[in-house]
Amino acid sequence: MSLTGLFLISFLVIHATINAMIFYNDGGETFSHWGHFMGTNPIIRTLEIGLVLGFLIHIADGLWLTKNNNDARPVKYAVTNAKANSTWYSRSMGLLGTLILIFLVIHTSHFWIPNRSNQFATGEELNLYQMMLDIFQNIWVVIIYVLGCFSLAWHLLHGFQSAFKTLGLYHFKYNGAIQVVGVVFSIVVPLLFALMPVSIYLGWVY
Amino acid sequence: MSAGNMRLTLKVWRQSNTDTQGGFENYNLDGVSPDMSFLEMFDILNEQLIEENKEPVAFDHDCREGICGMCSMFINGQPHGPLKGVTTCQLHMRSFQDGDTITVEPWRAAGFPVIKDLVVNRDGFDRIISAGGFVSVNTGNAQDANSLPIAKENADDAFAAAACIGCGACVAACKNASAMLFVSAKISQLALLPQGQAERSIRAEKMVAQMDAEGFGNCTNTHACSAECPKEISFENIARMNREYLGAKVSSKAV
Repeated sequence: MSLTGLFLISFLVIHATINAMIFYNDGGETFSHWGHFMGTNPIIRTLEIGLVLGFLIHIADGLWLTKNNNDARPVKYAVTNAKANSTWYSRSMGLLGTLILIFLVIHTSHFWIPNRSNQFATGEELNLYQMMLDIFQNIWVVIIYVLGCFSLAWHLLHGFQSAFKTLGLYHFKYNGAIQVVGVVFSIVVPLLFALMPVSIYLGWVY
Repeated sequence: MSAGNMRLTLKVWRQSNTDTQGGFENYNLDGVSPDMSFLEMFDILNEQLIEENKEPVAFDHDCREGICGMCSMFINGQPHGPLKGVTTCQLHMRSFQDGDTITVEPWRAAGFPVIKDLVVNRDGFDRIISAGGFVSVNTGNAQDANSLPIAKENADDAFAAAACIGCGACVAACKNASAMLFVSAKISQLALLPQGQAERSIRAEKMVAQMDAEGFGNCTNTHACSAECPKEISFENIARMNREYLGAKVSSKAV
């Protein structure tokens, strides 16, 4: 979980950076330039296979872990006061992950899957910027995307720090740094993502 | 022990043996003193049950001074009850209010099957220790105390880890019924001292393998274990165990 999680975190950095190019508000010129690079560069396309694998392993591992941990307590407690000892989001990683997975299915069927299938069939990329402008006119889509970002934020708030602990990296020398970077990352990246559909819906980006 | 005036309703898990299904029974108890320990309150309950010709509640206890690790009880949703850093025997009735309903359950984990009522089988912990939680020292004369210098910080950390009494509250508190705080405390205690170096990597591998074989869950770093631990064993031990285990996996001779 930790290795794939950190790998997916590194993907989020790239994804958020390139998508944030829409905030140049230059009719998608900068965004499309980099989108084209990411969609056609042979090195990136090869790494993309690793990314898909990273997602699949993280999901499969997470589902297995949740099932395994559930089996470790066959008879549940009648009363639990878990809020006395841990945060709700640290105990809800399976649930948050599932919400993100549902979002991921919706999100990839909006952009990634149509674009790649079109590239495969015709060799031509789709105009992703125009697709964004069209798709984010629907308020329900915008709401689903914002909720997806909320799930991601809570998931990261625990996951970022947790990944280091699993790798044995928990020491007073750098705990503070991991904590601060983790919290900032978990707020800034999902917020940036959430601003994209909201800005397009409200006409700030066109 | 002075007679008190607290009235309580107890909702206690009753189960006749490992193979039968259990359920909750409600008991009313009068005259509880706030100065009684939680176990003394259970003694009063059992006396009342015996007088009524009913089966007393089975529960684990031994030293009743917080150091043996025998008592358990999941009280109102927390192992060893609401008070921080104490075992059930050191929890007093002043932590509760007159008229309270208190729910008492056994530790619940696949690795801790219920023997009877609130008593669970914690042999799994013993088997984990047998798998590698020891140092093989050939007997002979005791060495001079100063012939093995140990850094103060290491001695302190090893001592803090050695404070684990193996009660199983960490497993009971963990949403995954993971035993990693217990196992990591035992691994840390030996990994930090020179005597533990000889079997260091094989110990980490064997103890973790036994922990998995016992059916305990996996750590998801919620920190519930160390928050509920009566000996306040540090969560840092789990990270140390992960380091020991990963290090052993890439370097030990065992395949």
